[in-house]
Amino acid sequence: MASVSVCQYHSGGFSFENCKRNALLEADINKLGFSSPAARKTGTTICGVVYKDGVVLGADTRATEGMVVADKNCSKIHYISPNIYCCGAGTAADTEMTTQIISSNLELHSLSTGRLPRVTTANRMLKQMLFRYQGYIGAALVLGGVDCNGPHLYSIYPHGSTDKLPYVTMGSGSLAAMAVFEDRYRPNMEEEEAKRLVRDAIAAGIFNDLGSGSNIDLCVITKGNVDYLRPHDMEHHLIHTCLNFAHGTTGVLTKAVTPLNLEVVEESVQTMDTS
Amino acid sequence: MFPANVSTLNTYNDLYPDWTQREVSTGTTIMAVEFEGGVVIGADSRTTTGAYIANRVTDKLTPIHERIFCCRSGSAADTQAIADAVTYQLGFHSIELDEAPLVQTAASLFREMCYRYREELMAGIIVAGWDPRRGGQVYTVPVGGMMTRQPVSVGGSGSSYIYGYVDSNYRAGMSKEECLKFTAEALALAMERDGSSGGVVRLAVISEQGVERQAILGNQLPKFSTV
Repeated sequence: MASVSVCQYHSGGFSFENCKRNALLEADINKLGFSSPAARKTGTTICGVVYKDGVVLGADTRATEGMVVADKNCSKIHYISPNIYCCGAGTAADTEMTTQIISSNLELHSLSTGRLPRVTTANRMLKQMLFRYQGYIGAALVLGGVDCNGPHLYSIYPHGSTDKLPYVTMGSGSLAAMAVFEDRYRPNMEEEEAKRLVRDAIAAGIFNDLGSGSNIDLCVITKGNVDYLRPHDMEHHLIHTCLNFAHGTTGVLTKAVTPLNLEVVEESVQTMDTS
Repeated sequence: MFPANVSTLNTYNDLYPDWTQREVSTGTTIMAVEFEGGVVIGADSRTTTGAYIANRVTDKLTPIHERIFCCRSGSAADTQAIADAVTYQLGFHSIELDEAPLVQTAASLFREMCYRYREELMAGIIVAGWDPRRGGQVYTVPVGGMMTRQPVSVGGSGSSYIYGYVDSNYRAGMSKEECLKFTAEALALAMERDGSSGGVVRLAVISEQGVERQAILGNQLPKFSTV
């Protein structure tokens, strides 16, 4: 069976045809009055700071699906390698999978080189992957760790640009957190001061941003040691303390008891098959 | 890059950093000047996502090789990726040659990438450096992928405000110190008028002796009429 095939020159690079198709489908659905399910986003406050002996990473723990809190205590500080951790804001699935993929590749790389992985390596891998996907992977990350060259902190944006800085914030609550940092950051802080600063920055995000809330997680990374403090600080759950009321708080006006006479019609026993 | 008919899943507000909708851009002013014996390059230090300044101390003067730098403007992700790729290609080429690469070679590599992928990229780059064959050179590779050598070149969103200043104040045969002053003043003027440029002025001098870098902080910037 002879067939004439038109050779289509593959122009190289990634094909985003499906992204365009999805956008058109989205528009069509909206015209009918429906909306496609919202991706779960971590509306978030994440931040990091470099201090005297290492880095402190912080994150809130709220995950939202549109206007509803999907997870009250999700973990946004992801493991990359024993000396490197990464906070993720943006689409929850994207940050989770991206950090897992890079963590896996970095472990293989580390076994190949025979050395502890460097933060700049993780940064390269993340930025090259995110650039390849041209921003369609909605992962905004704060990457921090300590390696043979000292403590390092990077912020990584969904399109693949990175900044290497002594203090960074990301997420919807980043402006509130950055305000705290710009006011109180000093180079070469002690560990307690750095932890307090990060905790206060995340708290600013939690109280002033609707997309952030619940608890504060901290991760303190130093040379040879990681303190994963989850939760480091819990929000003041005022609502829970009010659920235990003493007897007599509410006055009883009337009391009526109606006995329900039920007769047993049938009783059967079914043995469970435990073989 | 983002189709116009995509429904915004979250309300877009220009005032807060919504990097799901807006790309990080080095809204910028960059500049490079040739002088006898080398080049002076300069840039501001502001990176924005919409109206939020994502990084106020950015270093837009990126080393490509020992005596070749590039000044980046446009999309931060695109220019970082291009610079990383060209750094690799140039380093490989230099090892093959067993010689310091030419500034023109670096500029050609940038042009090759910027022209081939012109539809997908938003990058305006100035390549500047010193090589033993032709001394100090400045090549500009604007958006679209053209490449041309110029004795003085400005780029980025803030450059529009300083064409007049540059055209009237540039003279051929300026010394290194005169070039530094000229660049610093031009950048300060642009940063004053362009909202997407600001922070500190980063300068570098590239010559046979190597690279000298400096930063002029806010209070030390050249001052002009405050009318």
